[in-house]
Amino acid sequence: MLNVTPNSVGSVAPPAGVVGVGFSPTADDSRVISGTVGDIKAADPRMTARNVDVYYGDKQAIKDVSLDIGKNEVIAMIGPSGCGKSTFLRCLNRMNDTIDGCRVEGRIMLDDQDIYDRKMDVVPLRAQVGMVFQKPNPFPKSIYDNVAYGPRIHGLTDNKQELDEIVEQSLIKAGLWDEVKDRLDSSGTGLSGGQQQRLCIARTIAVAPEVILMDEPCSALDPIATARVEELIDELREQYTIAIVTHSMQQAARVSQRTAYFHLGELVEVGKTDDIFTNPSHRLTEDYITGRFG
Amino acid sequence: MSHTLLILILLGLMALAYQLGRRRSLKLVGGSRQVKALHSLPSYYGFYTAIWCGLPALLVLFLWVSLQSSVVRDLVVSGLPDSMQSLPPARLGLVINDIQNLAQGNIVSGEISPAMQAAADHYTRLRQTSQAASFVVVLCIALAGLALGWRFVSPVFRARNRVETVVRWLLVVCSTIAIFTTLGIVLSVLFESIRFFEMVPISQFLFGLEWSPQMAIREDQVGSSGAFGMIPLFAGTLLIALIAMLVAVPIGLMSAVYLAEYAGSHFRAWAKPLLEILAGIPTVVYGFFAALTVAPFIRDNGALLGLDVSSESALAAGLVMGIMIIPFISSLSDDVITAVPQSMRDASLGVGATRSETVRKVILPAALPGIVGGILLAVSRAIGETMIVVMAAGLSANLTANPLQSVTTVTVQIVTLLVGDQEFDSPKTLAAFALGLMLFLITLVLNVVALHVVRKYREAYE
Ligand SMILES: Nc1ncnc2c1ncn2[C@@H]1O[C@H](COP(=O)(O)OP(=O)(O)O)[C@@H](O)[C@H]1O
Ligand SMILES: [Mg+2]
Repeated sequence: MLNVTPNSVGSVAPPAGVVGVGFSPTADDSRVISGTVGDIKAADPRMTARNVDVYYGDKQAIKDVSLDIGKNEVIAMIGPSGCGKSTFLRCLNRMNDTIDGCRVEGRIMLDDQDIYDRKMDVVPLRAQVGMVFQKPNPFPKSIYDNVAYGPRIHGLTDNKQELDEIVEQSLIKAGLWDEVKDRLDSSGTGLSGGQQQRLCIARTIAVAPEVILMDEPCSALDPIATARVEELIDELREQYTIAIVTHSMQQAARVSQRTAYFHLGELVEVGKTDDIFTNPSHRLTEDYITGRFG
Repeated sequence: MSHTLLILILLGLMALAYQLGRRRSLKLVGGSRQVKALHSLPSYYGFYTAIWCGLPALLVLFLWVSLQSSVVRDLVVSGLPDSMQSLPPARLGLVINDIQNLAQGNIVSGEISPAMQAAADHYTRLRQTSQAASFVVVLCIALAGLALGWRFVSPVFRARNRVETVVRWLLVVCSTIAIFTTLGIVLSVLFESIRFFEMVPISQFLFGLEWSPQMAIREDQVGSSGAFGMIPLFAGTLLIALIAMLVAVPIGLMSAVYLAEYAGSHFRAWAKPLLEILAGIPTVVYGFFAALTVAPFIRDNGALLGLDVSSESALAAGLVMGIMIIPFISSLSDDVITAVPQSMRDASLGVGATRSETVRKVILPAALPGIVGGILLAVSRAIGETMIVVMAAGLSANLTANPLQSVTTVTVQIVTLLVGDQEFDSPKTLAAFALGLMLFLITLVLNVVALHVVRKYREAYE
């Protein structure tokens, strides 16, 4: 099961089972990265990134990464810290625009739109591609206002009833409704860490995104809250396309269908989560998941 | 042989004591390789010896200098002829002044009598003796202290702890001086105000609508009793402060928002210091600007519009004061805005809000308490500001809300009450203290509220 995709755009991935050239699993150079191993394509792609390079000033943080984010699937991005997982994730809804000196090259498509196109407006893009951050970051406003923030900004409703409905539905989907329905007016920052993170997920869901990007959403949570959020991610998969960055391999194994392994800004290997964890193709991937580094 | 020389010698001795103490500690353990055997680092032994050498000597010197003049004075007085000693205290004071002047070779007010000359000689002699004695005593104490400190040095001696204790007490003394000075100022203002309220009823001062502090010097003078109602002054102060805030708050806040949220790091790097330089312009320069540029400009343009603008208007003073306060507000607001965590911006931008929506709906509400605190501090500055209003606002105590008219402020009146020759027991002069007290109370309350608000805000994100 070895696929080498030389990162050239448009090249059709060789059918599964064909061993690509340029990669030998033996000898010393087995840890050399020469293109991504595995199938970067998703069965039903929602977002496609091709030959993405990201620079912070002169420093290159992402090197020639191509990857599909498939519809109704969870793709996990793993790798040692500093390898560019967050950077890549932030490219997908142009959150990198807010960083001084950050430059993105290559092509990223959402359905048929190039999101880095000059004509692309980031406001609807970020409504379509929502983001949940590492540290729960509810606004210092009431729970209700937190969830209603997005819909109000985008003018999704013009009456209170509809807004109430959106807030309720979002909180239900985020699995938080039962816990907070009696205190929607109390501050969002007064919730526990796990509840805060689910509130942030509700806030993201409230603008009806198609893709949800999650950057280590559980790293600040305790195991029980983590389990709760993971459960939630699994439920959300039916309606949304989800890309999640995680440093926990167990989490990747539990919640994702596909896994992408990043190393020093390069995408080393992508594949079905089961395959990656049971039978990694690249030595670097193997080193990482067997805990030799990272 | 002055005391300056003595202090220099003392400092020299302290340096010597430091070296001696340090050397001795090292020698006792047998060289710098054995430092571990000492309880404290060698420099602590040095400091300890130096403290012993310097501190008691300096204390004695300080006491000596502060007591010297009164002791010498008493001695001189007791040496005067009886006829002079029995003079009333005020006259005696004058005589002693003359004696001192005579001794120092200054101009003397009256005739020089032989008795005075003798007293002056006596005075000079006493001073010289005292000086010489202080020299000897202080140096002896310093040397004794040095020897004592030096004797104390031993490897088990806890020099570090002792030095730390002395340092702590030194700090305590310094902060006490600061606190007591402030307290002294407040109390002196308070007591003078009480004297004022003995002459003018407090209710008239607090609620009176008229301010004309001219007091008759002769009985038959016109307008023989002044009116001391502070309302027009505080109304004028508030009017000008209000105009200033109307200028400063929007401009300061928006420039802070621009600097914190929109400007690139390069622009910010030079714009922020530039704004802070603006805060360093002396207020008297703003005063010129208000009186010579802004006030005539407003008057001329007002005339074009058919408005009756006096040449010294509240508007001119308020505008310029607002400009003066802009950097104050923008710098404080910039600090609180940048203190709003990046994660708040990410959250807002992440659901598709634009930058200005983020600023309006997330950043400003989150930073609001801090901004309010900053504004309150700015208000208290505007109220206490003197120079600009002295130059641009005028002196007539009109009770008006029309910014085109001339008004006067509390600080302006304090200045005019106190400049020139004054008697210090007329209500006119004492009124300045009462005004000062009111001003102090108001700014105190504003500052307390502002600091409270700012502190509360800090807690919110920690
Ligand atoms: N704002 C930034 N400015 C400059 N360099 C950055 C910035 N953010 C991340 N980097 C650099 O980019 C690389 C990838 O970072 P990141 O994407 O955060 O890694 P990961 O999320 O995988 O830990 C790191 O070397 C990091 O130092
Ligand atoms: Mg990261």
